[in-house]
Amino acid sequence: MSENVPADPHVAIVTTAGGVEDGALTISDGTPLKRALARAQSHARRKAFLLVLPLLAFIILTFVVPIFQMLYRSVDSPNFHDNMPNMVAWFAQNPSGTEPDETAFTALVEDLKLLKKNRKAGLVGTRINYELPGSRSLFTKGARKAAKLEPPYKEALLKIDPKWSDPKLWQVMRSAASPYTFNFYLAAVDRTRDADGKIVRVNENRRIYLKLFGRTLVLSLLITFMTFILAYPIAHLLATLPLRKSNLLMILVLLPFWTSLLVRTTSWMVLLQSQGVLNDAMVALGIVSDDHRIQMMYNKIGTVVAMTHILLPFMVLPLYSVMRTINPSYVRAARNLGATSWTAFRRIYFPQTVPGIAAGALLVFILAVGYYITPALVGGADGQLISNLIAFHMTGSLNWSMAAALAALLLGGILVLYWLYDKLVGIDNLKLG
Amino acid sequence: MKKILILTTALAGFAYAANAEEVVTVMSWGGAYTKSQVEAYHKPFTAATGIKVISVDADNPATPIKAQVEAGNVTIDVADVEFSDAVRLCDEGLLEPIDASMLPPAPDGTPAIKDFIDGAIQDCAVANIVWSTVVAYNSDNVKGTPTSIADFFDTKKFPGKRGLRKSAKATLEMALEADGVPASEVYSVLNTPEGVDRAFAKLDTIKDDIVWWEAGAQPPQLLADGEVVMSTAYNGRIFNAAISEGQPLVVLWDGQILDFDLFVIPKGAPNKDNAMKFISFATDTQRLADQASWISYGPARKSSSALVGKYIDGKTDMAPHMPTAPANMSNALVNNFEFWVDHDAELNERFNAWLAS
Repeated sequence: MSENVPADPHVAIVTTAGGVEDGALTISDGTPLKRALARAQSHARRKAFLLVLPLLAFIILTFVVPIFQMLYRSVDSPNFHDNMPNMVAWFAQNPSGTEPDETAFTALVEDLKLLKKNRKAGLVGTRINYELPGSRSLFTKGARKAAKLEPPYKEALLKIDPKWSDPKLWQVMRSAASPYTFNFYLAAVDRTRDADGKIVRVNENRRIYLKLFGRTLVLSLLITFMTFILAYPIAHLLATLPLRKSNLLMILVLLPFWTSLLVRTTSWMVLLQSQGVLNDAMVALGIVSDDHRIQMMYNKIGTVVAMTHILLPFMVLPLYSVMRTINPSYVRAARNLGATSWTAFRRIYFPQTVPGIAAGALLVFILAVGYYITPALVGGADGQLISNLIAFHMTGSLNWSMAAALAALLLGGILVLYWLYDKLVGIDNLKLG
Repeated sequence: MKKILILTTALAGFAYAANAEEVVTVMSWGGAYTKSQVEAYHKPFTAATGIKVISVDADNPATPIKAQVEAGNVTIDVADVEFSDAVRLCDEGLLEPIDASMLPPAPDGTPAIKDFIDGAIQDCAVANIVWSTVVAYNSDNVKGTPTSIADFFDTKKFPGKRGLRKSAKATLEMALEADGVPASEVYSVLNTPEGVDRAFAKLDTIKDDIVWWEAGAQPPQLLADGEVVMSTAYNGRIFNAAISEGQPLVVLWDGQILDFDLFVIPKGAPNKDNAMKFISFATDTQRLADQASWISYGPARKSSSALVGKYIDGKTDMAPHMPTAPANMSNALVNNFEFWVDHDAELNERFNAWLAS
């Protein structure tokens, strides 16, 4: 009997189930229907899971794992902890605020000898230098000379460099002795710890990150708004023109999209720089004098103009796909019932395009917040965004922990904004096509 | 058919593997500088050893090294980096140590360690050239003739935009020099908070007139385009634009900042042995002198100076264009790598904050 059970239990129910017996539905071989269904469904689920498994594995391996590895660096600080065992022990035995005595300096000199032996002085010095600039050479110099030092070590070390008694240095070493730290996050919001370990704002001339987070937010919102203003009429035109003409226009929208980002950015440089096409034309027409060419490149204006252009297709396409599905007879009906064209637009047409606006705005905003190449090329001094600072710490200062802390804050900020957006607009309302 | 296909694929694989052993990848700064290295080092090296040299460029070859070493995916064998970067990367364990005894002696038998200029041989790096950051101007566009570094910061006397490298290094020193600090005291002044304030205050006076550049090939372009009338630049780039391209560019040697460029081998370089062979070949006396006939950077060996002749056009004498020429050294500053290794992060942070404000 069981040999003949068809593969699909539903077929079996239709063909052979006898109806209600003993108060439960069964299929032909007597298995309760519920269990057979569950088995079939779990089979289907397994199959579906196996089908997405390669993609899932790919995403986890190449996306999720590296991101978390990178973000982990923002709290991970092993260099001092791993290479200065005597100092770590001394900090563990003596609470914060203890005046460093001869035992402390003995531990320090022992560790400096270790650093010399293992060639790690640069690593530890760099770690301390992040929080107390100028202290890196203290460690490299100290390690070089440690072997020749004689007790009492405190005196000997202070003779090499009096900075060794700086309470701020000892506070920084104490916090670096822990294998984990939140100090990079403090630095990422322009805060630091003073010699007593209290959190204070950094000196005014070094405050930069909060300002750049703010600027990134403002410029991204501005760029999103600009793309909306520019894209709305274009998308409307595309959606209402006859197909042949709209296809042609569509190519004009997509053509820049297919062009290399660098080419598009440098074209803007050619157009807008002070000796560029636009300025030359205005000088030739006598609109501005040769000495007062308008600075439109290497500043905020350059960043906003170039990014608005580059991100425009991301607003046009969702708008277009939503507008195309809007039935023109609604607006006609409204006009028929006496609405002015403005009222018809405001009360009938516009509300139907909101899902497209919502989708386009979200796309453009998120892309703009993380944009890097364009501001780097055309932003000059005041058109830089937070991503440029992250890049600076990745490739320039090589302080990857700081880059990770900034990136984590940016990611967290975007998630909060996304949550707000979901509350206000509703992610279910998005329509990408 | 299928067999043939497998066979050829396998053979191609072998051929590729055999080829792959005879390669060395060298990363440098691009433009006229990379060209001088290709002509003076790469081509003779391939001719002498059969090892192919792959040349790649970066705005600053020190920057990809950390990422590559940490990711365990090192693709470059030799990189050409600045002094403070070489020391910093070496300290962080990102470079292979270089055994200086492997380097060839001078033609008269002087061992390499004595033949190189002081500081040119480090634990993980060997210098090839002495270069300098100088002020250059476009004589067609600037009104009058600038004569000192102070003129660079004087936009009243010499109106027009200024080009500056977007980095604290060299920029702050020049600001202090222009503010009247003699070259010998620049670093002791810059080592105090007041000195740093003073440098930024001087920069403030021209902030609105600065166009920032990042790649070494940009300043000659900005000057030639008329986008700026004066710019800081690497001296060799200006020399090439002026001599071989006939641009009206002039170097102002006053206040120049000298620095080394050094060859380093990233830790885990795929062709380490070839890299070492390349470095000892490229930094021999003749090769360093040869490079100077392609670009006006000074050789890092004393024995090379006598061999430096004319530019490849056959008529321009190179000696007066070298940053180390006595006439050019009257107010020169030697980059203090230890200062920058210590203060790079701090001063660049302040520099970024200053830029953004």
